Amino acid sequence: MMQHLLSVVTFLPALAAVVIALLPQGRAALVRWSAFLVAAATFGVSLLLYVRFDARRADYQFVEQVRWMPSYGISYHLGIDGISLLLVLLTTFLTALALLSSWRAVEVRVKEFAVSMLFLETGMLGVFVSLDLFLFYIFWEAMLIPMYLIIGVWGGPDRIYAAVKFILYTLTGSVLMLVAILALYFQHGGVTGTYTFDLPILARYVVPAGIQVWLFLAFALAFAIKVPMFPFHTWLPDAHVEAPTAGSVLLAGVLLKMGTYGFLRFCLPLFPTASLTFVPWIFLLALVGILYGAWVSMVQPDLKKLVAYSSVSHLGFVVLGLFTLTPQGIVGGIIQMVNHGLSTGALFLLVGILYERRHTRLIAEFGGLWQVIPAFSALFLIVSLSSLGLPGLNGFVGEFLILVGTFAWASRLPAAAPLAYVVPGLATLGMIFSAVYLLWMYQRVCFGEITTNANRGLADLTRREWAMLLPVLLFIVWIGVYPRPFTGMTEATAEALIAQVQSKVAVAAAGPTGR
Amino acid sequence: MSKTVWLIPFFPLLGTLLNALFGRWIGRHAHWIAVPALGCSFLLSCAVFLKVWRGETFTGDLFPWIQAGAFTTAVTALVDPLSAVMLVAVTGVGFLIHLYSVGYMHGDSGYARYFAYLNLFVFSMVMLVLAGNFLVLYVFWEAVGLCSYLLIGFWYTRRSAADAGKKAFIVNRVGDTGFALGVMYLWVALGTLDYGAVFSRVGALSPATATVIALLLFLGACGKSAQLPLHVWLPDAMEGPTPVSALIHAATMVTAGVYMVARSHALFERSGVALDVVAWVGGITALFAATIGLAQTDIKRVLAYSTISQLGYMFVGVGVGAYAAGIFHLITHAFFKALLFLGAGSVIHALGGEQDLRKMGGLAPRMIPTTVTFLVGAAGLAGLPPFAGFFSKDEILASAYHRDQFWLWGLLLVGAFLTAVYIFRVVFLAFFGGPRMSKQIAQHVHESPLVMTFPLGALALLTAVAGVVGIPSAQGTAFARFLSPVLPLAEETGGHGALSAYALLILSVIVAVAGVLLAWLLYSSRPLSAEAIGRPRTWLHALVFNKYYVDELYGVLFVRPLLRIAGFCASAFDLGFVDGIVNGVGRLVVGWAGSMRRLQTGYVMNYALATLLGAVAIVGFFLSR
Repeated sequence: MMQHLLSVVTFLPALAAVVIALLPQGRAALVRWSAFLVAAATFGVSLLLYVRFDARRADYQFVEQVRWMPSYGISYHLGIDGISLLLVLLTTFLTALALLSSWRAVEVRVKEFAVSMLFLETGMLGVFVSLDLFLFYIFWEAMLIPMYLIIGVWGGPDRIYAAVKFILYTLTGSVLMLVAILALYFQHGGVTGTYTFDLPILARYVVPAGIQVWLFLAFALAFAIKVPMFPFHTWLPDAHVEAPTAGSVLLAGVLLKMGTYGFLRFCLPLFPTASLTFVPWIFLLALVGILYGAWVSMVQPDLKKLVAYSSVSHLGFVVLGLFTLTPQGIVGGIIQMVNHGLSTGALFLLVGILYERRHTRLIAEFGGLWQVIPAFSALFLIVSLSSLGLPGLNGFVGEFLILVGTFAWASRLPAAAPLAYVVPGLATLGMIFSAVYLLWMYQRVCFGEITTNANRGLADLTRREWAMLLPVLLFIVWIGVYPRPFTGMTEATAEALIAQVQSKVAVAAAGPTGR
Repeated sequence: MSKTVWLIPFFPLLGTLLNALFGRWIGRHAHWIAVPALGCSFLLSCAVFLKVWRGETFTGDLFPWIQAGAFTTAVTALVDPLSAVMLVAVTGVGFLIHLYSVGYMHGDSGYARYFAYLNLFVFSMVMLVLAGNFLVLYVFWEAVGLCSYLLIGFWYTRRSAADAGKKAFIVNRVGDTGFALGVMYLWVALGTLDYGAVFSRVGALSPATATVIALLLFLGACGKSAQLPLHVWLPDAMEGPTPVSALIHAATMVTAGVYMVARSHALFERSGVALDVVAWVGGITALFAATIGLAQTDIKRVLAYSTISQLGYMFVGVGVGAYAAGIFHLITHAFFKALLFLGAGSVIHALGGEQDLRKMGGLAPRMIPTTVTFLVGAAGLAGLPPFAGFFSKDEILASAYHRDQFWLWGLLLVGAFLTAVYIFRVVFLAFFGGPRMSKQIAQHVHESPLVMTFPLGALALLTAVAGVVGIPSAQGTAFARFLSPVLPLAEETGGHGALSAYALLILSVIVAVAGVLLAWLLYSSRPLSAEAIGRPRTWLHALVFNKYYVDELYGVLFVRPLLRIAGFCASAFDLGFVDGIVNGVGRLVVGWAGSMRRLQTGYVMNYALATLLGAVAIVGFFLSR
């Protein structure tokens, strides 16, 4: 089993989903329990990955490679490094929590829901572990189907519009990416004679600069939509508002990371020259995203929309960090992906708890909740503080490293240096605005007098809700206080990536093509 | 020493955890955890202080913290004379205020929560003082801001309290952002954040870089220490329980900025310009806040503006290079301001929550211990000899004068006069004259219990005697000599001023006494009606009464535009423009497909025609080449 650990982790949920699909109708409790236990087991197995991961190595580990369609250079190639390890763990962790959160929230088609969730998990894991572009693309697209169903079947009143918008937006980007993957395949094959979709092989090849630009743009659009970066973000609020809590948790917690993961895994190593060329534009969009997302969050009347727009702001930080191409920026970016998954995931869980009790998410409907449900309010406060980057909690570690990385990036620029410091300067403003919208929201929900009678009888957290929130809280504090076990996993890979990008840029600058 | 040092923050942290997790069951017994926890911290701080007195110092890492590439930091503590003095002051004053809170907060429904927050605050403040590098300093810099948010908004059902907490956090965060940028720039410039390494390598910075970094750090200090233009949160912070105002917003947290500037003096000196900025911001704030204090009618607000003003004095001290004088004033101020706030709390307690000076008066005979101790505090603040404030304030004035900063000296001298006026205005309005409160309240006026008056007595004693260590001599004060390993002794340069040290001393006393006399003349020499107090009669009075309309100005300049931008982005731009394009593309595709559908008529004739036209076009194209 140990040789196939990655395959086991990736396909365990899908296999279980098949079995659960065969269970008789109407056994809701059995379905819930078995789905949750499978997800928990998957998390358990994925912990083995963490334990056996060698943080000093920068290359892929737990590699599995099987010939699949050799005539087209396609293979079943899996492996993880410091970039994907934490994202795999985040996925297995959040899926288990998401299933726990839907215990009461999903009452109809329970079996179908569990099956969709587990297939979704396999799809998400597949994206993070694939080392073959063809395989990657299959997972990338396959994952959309269960998510589409989760929003479209178990969503809110406007779910069809949201689900269609979600899938059309994403497809637009991924179709272009498919074209770019094929173009890369033929370009590489034409020059080297080896036609392959294998990522490690392709990553060694230096694409001619003129072609790089177009391939980069096609990949980047797909990822920018997924992140989502301004101005490709408008699918996100709709999808979140309509999705059930479990869907929102995975959407924000994992799916958005596929965009930033894509930048890191594909754009930077495959098209380094183009990536560097577009850094100013990417920074511009990231900064606009940071500030714009925060401003729009500020005036949202709906809790879920507020959290959704805050993701635009937070993910802007991540993109900023990755493209600084400094160890601090990249490590910070990866950690911030995890942090955002935890904090925003927890925020959606908490909003879901309120929604289950009141069937509304409008901020104006709440107020004074601390008097009624103090435990909920205390956790809500801690999670909000983590989201606004309070030192001592997880969000700070990522944000600070990213900003340090941005500073380091600016200090290395030769001539236009003073202007470059505008980037960290503006990004830091995002920290002020995040405090504004989160604390204002928190005040209107939990402080003040109780204004709505329906809130007087609210029940505080149940044992199940404690069970799903406490683990998140544990990580929020752990990463904040002692981040070494997490950042340490990513450092070697981050530095190797930077070296790879720099050497490829140098090669590209030296000659028109090269191997 | 390592264990002793780390145990100092450990006890309050443990207290926080116990009261936070088990507060539901601990309830009204919460102080049995919180107060001893702080007692332990205080005793340990004293032990550490004695070791430092004997010449020991300590630096040590607890564990490695944020690391990535060349960026490495650890949770580091540094104990030297400066941090030792701060530790004793923080835990000592903190302990007395914890004790006082047992009486003041008695019966509050959030009793355990209150003590959990209060312990958390002391933990954060202790760590801020212990920090051995700029990152740890920054972390607890923000953490005390958080505690402030929690404690100001402690009575969260009150809209004004929740608003004030939020305002404190956000205004502080504006400053913190500057601080964070400064820290990052420092790392980029020097490759380290450890105090020792930074201060020894400071010479490698160009003065321009040092200026930028120092000013960014000072922006953080302006936020935390409530200096212009970020002072607006502190007066509103009075929404919190009074002991909190005493602890956080007077005695300890707000002094963090002064501490930071003194600690980083090497960096500020490298810049030069930055030190002048510190001094001038301090001087202007000192006078600015003192004038506002003259006109306020809420007893806690007077004290709040007084705090802002006194912090300005401290910044002048460190800004003109008299670091020890600034820190000395920080310590004496911690004593007498905590005393004044706790005294005010005792008054408010006696009056059933009344904070309005217009509804006080004549309390002296009914509350003798409170009155006497409050008078001591007022004398300390006004700078009357022989109380501690006299020595510390005068040293700052003298330092400014001897460094030829005559304008600053003038500002502070006027400020000292106003200080004496406004604080004795409070004394006369609250404790003397005829009572102006309602009959029912007047009947219930009573002295506070011993658990509250004991801290008053202890602080009064400290205010009375602490000046001893600040008596100037040829080698500087005893206090400055103790701090000299960290803070260089002020050189007696013998400036160009005509006045000798003794003349300055006498001038200070005259100014203070004149202030007291003026206050007596205005507020105690004749009976006053409640309506006559604090009602603006001239435009100048209205300007000061309304705090120079700074809050209103910020509302117009920042708050409302921000909300307008946010509203515009959320509705017009995001939904209208961006989503409009998206939906427009969608409609365009559907519409286009719809019109294309009409081409698919199903008539073979039409298709044949189209084929023919196409063929003609292709042939035509090739023929025309």
